[in-house]
Amino acid sequence: MASMEIAGASTRGAKFRRAVLPYLYLIPAFAVMAVITFYPLIYQVIISFTDFQTKDLRMGLSSPALQFIGFKNYIDILTGGLPVQNFEFFRILIYNFWWALTNVIVHVPAGVLIAVLLNVQGLWLKKIYRAIYILPVVVPPLVVATVWRNIFDEQYGAMNQFLTWFTAFFGNADPVRLRWLTEYTPPIPWLLPTGPLPLAYYAMMIANFWLGWPFMTVVATGALQSIPKDLYEAASIDGASDTQQFWNITVPLLRPAMIPAAVYGFTTSFNLFSFVYFMSGGGPARTTEILVTFAYDLVRNLRLFGAAAAFSVFIFFVSLAVFLITNRITRATESYSEA
Amino acid sequence: MTTANKTQQNIIVRILNTNTSNEVGGRDLPLWRQILLQLLTIVIAIEVMFPIMYVITMSLSSRTDRPSTLQLIPKEISFVAYGQVLDHPTANPVSFIELLRNSFFLSFGVGAVALLVAVTAAYAFSRFKFKARQVLMVMVFIPLLMPGVGLSTPLYLLMNSFRIFQCGVGIAIEPFMSCSSSGGLIFNLRDSLLGVGIAMVAGALPFAVWNLKGYLDTIPRELEEAAAIDGASPNQVFFQIVLPLAIPQLAVTFFLGFIGHWQEFALSWLFLTKPQDYTLSMTLYNMTGQYATMIPWNRFAAMAVIVALPVALIYIALQKYIVGGLTTGGVKG
Repeated sequence: MASMEIAGASTRGAKFRRAVLPYLYLIPAFAVMAVITFYPLIYQVIISFTDFQTKDLRMGLSSPALQFIGFKNYIDILTGGLPVQNFEFFRILIYNFWWALTNVIVHVPAGVLIAVLLNVQGLWLKKIYRAIYILPVVVPPLVVATVWRNIFDEQYGAMNQFLTWFTAFFGNADPVRLRWLTEYTPPIPWLLPTGPLPLAYYAMMIANFWLGWPFMTVVATGALQSIPKDLYEAASIDGASDTQQFWNITVPLLRPAMIPAAVYGFTTSFNLFSFVYFMSGGGPARTTEILVTFAYDLVRNLRLFGAAAAFSVFIFFVSLAVFLITNRITRATESYSEA
Repeated sequence: MTTANKTQQNIIVRILNTNTSNEVGGRDLPLWRQILLQLLTIVIAIEVMFPIMYVITMSLSSRTDRPSTLQLIPKEISFVAYGQVLDHPTANPVSFIELLRNSFFLSFGVGAVALLVAVTAAYAFSRFKFKARQVLMVMVFIPLLMPGVGLSTPLYLLMNSFRIFQCGVGIAIEPFMSCSSSGGLIFNLRDSLLGVGIAMVAGALPFAVWNLKGYLDTIPRELEEAAAIDGASPNQVFFQIVLPLAIPQLAVTFFLGFIGHWQEFALSWLFLTKPQDYTLSMTLYNMTGQYATMIPWNRFAAMAVIVALPVALIYIALQKYIVGGLTTGGVKG
């Protein structure tokens, strides 16, 4: 039978068909992408060199009022020359990295520790806890953001009500009225030198913590269960304490699973559009704005289409850089896990 | 052969998600430690349940004023807020059924179309060796680097250029025809669910291709090779062997698309202006923040529960597959 296949392949028609077949399979996806992905990408680059505005919407690129202005949009973005208040590109960029990084730094250890806790042998009600802890993963981030926005409401929010109740034990009689999402003054001024970290940042960290660690727990639990139990038994026979076992067995063996998860968490937080947009809207005074929310604001509210296109080109290169760095981290750990 | 067996085993482990731990038996925990750990797990459970109970309690309340004290356990079970939301979700003349239909149309349509278009490309990338493979794979990958919002400008302009005008007795379809005596605008692709759906596919498609390719790579080739030796054509191999084997992942890819676009907000909020085209997530956004000073919180809470419920149910049902699918390639063992 195998000889027949070779004989068939040697005929010209079959050879040609074999060479063309993969492209036939690719046609549907590439035909669609040509229209709605590649064409818009090129269009994006073109209009990033123009002053495209609402008046040009009717005619598009053939609009007589449209002017090619070279790299002005790009320069304006970098130097803060856009007609937008409180906008500094590098401050937003650094905040964006800071936001993603601090989230992952909190989520991963918390997720791992909780997974370890749930993995303790003989713990009662394990199944119920697992079922509860998964809940934040299943709620859409958009709903999470709206609910937490209400929780952090200055007057009627649950957080201030909780703090009022809690501080009452320490003799505080006044209701707590923290302006979580609107207070501009940063509580810890030195934390991020390039820009203020207002109370809204901490509020969002709290809400995103609620959203973020359960996913890490799910990943860590899966990885924990694949660690052979004999390793722990051998270690405890050799007299290793629980802490030593955690640092010398659990942590190194979790690393190959947790680093890709951390990378995934980082990129997710980095572009967490609907969460940020729903919770703070980038406010107060654009201090919690991330790149994607600002790009969106440029289109949706400011309607500076040309500048928004240039901004998106920046986002593309930032995302590319993030991808190359994180990809290198993931690869490095792959070889680590094989070694 | 051993490696093939291993991959096969991995698939079985993934599909059944068999618990590979040997949790049965084991040492007993000393009571004091058990109590300590129980306290810890309960505190964490409270942290998790806090916003959930908060919003559920609020949604089951009939009070239309804002909560003055913290309440996490419902004192009354009233479905007034749900009734009001279902009956009259927004200030605009749009019914709940229409909002639901719009959300469903977008999420189902985008999930299904992206899947259908992506599956053959994923197969080609996974199984065929051809000249332009690397280049074309990078081309599919590049849009993934662009966050959905980043492409919104050109997509807005692209969709906006397709319009139908009343032109005398006939119609003119821009950009293919122009009309000298410009009549009224009949249809603007940008301001329609169809246009938003098409724009969303742009984001969903590359993801679907990569997600499916990653899975197809893990399916052992022995079956296909055997079928080819028995004289099956490449198309038969694809439709009769690979597709049936890939059904679980096809379902996961579809549902990931569905879930992702059920809560899609950025493009619909940017594109759509007519209230009868609004989706559930747009309505939810309208019920919070600066636009919502008049909306009672119990109604907002009911809406939040309604928006969250379908996604939560799908997620819980498919949780094992989804988490596995997201971490394929990363997690080993």
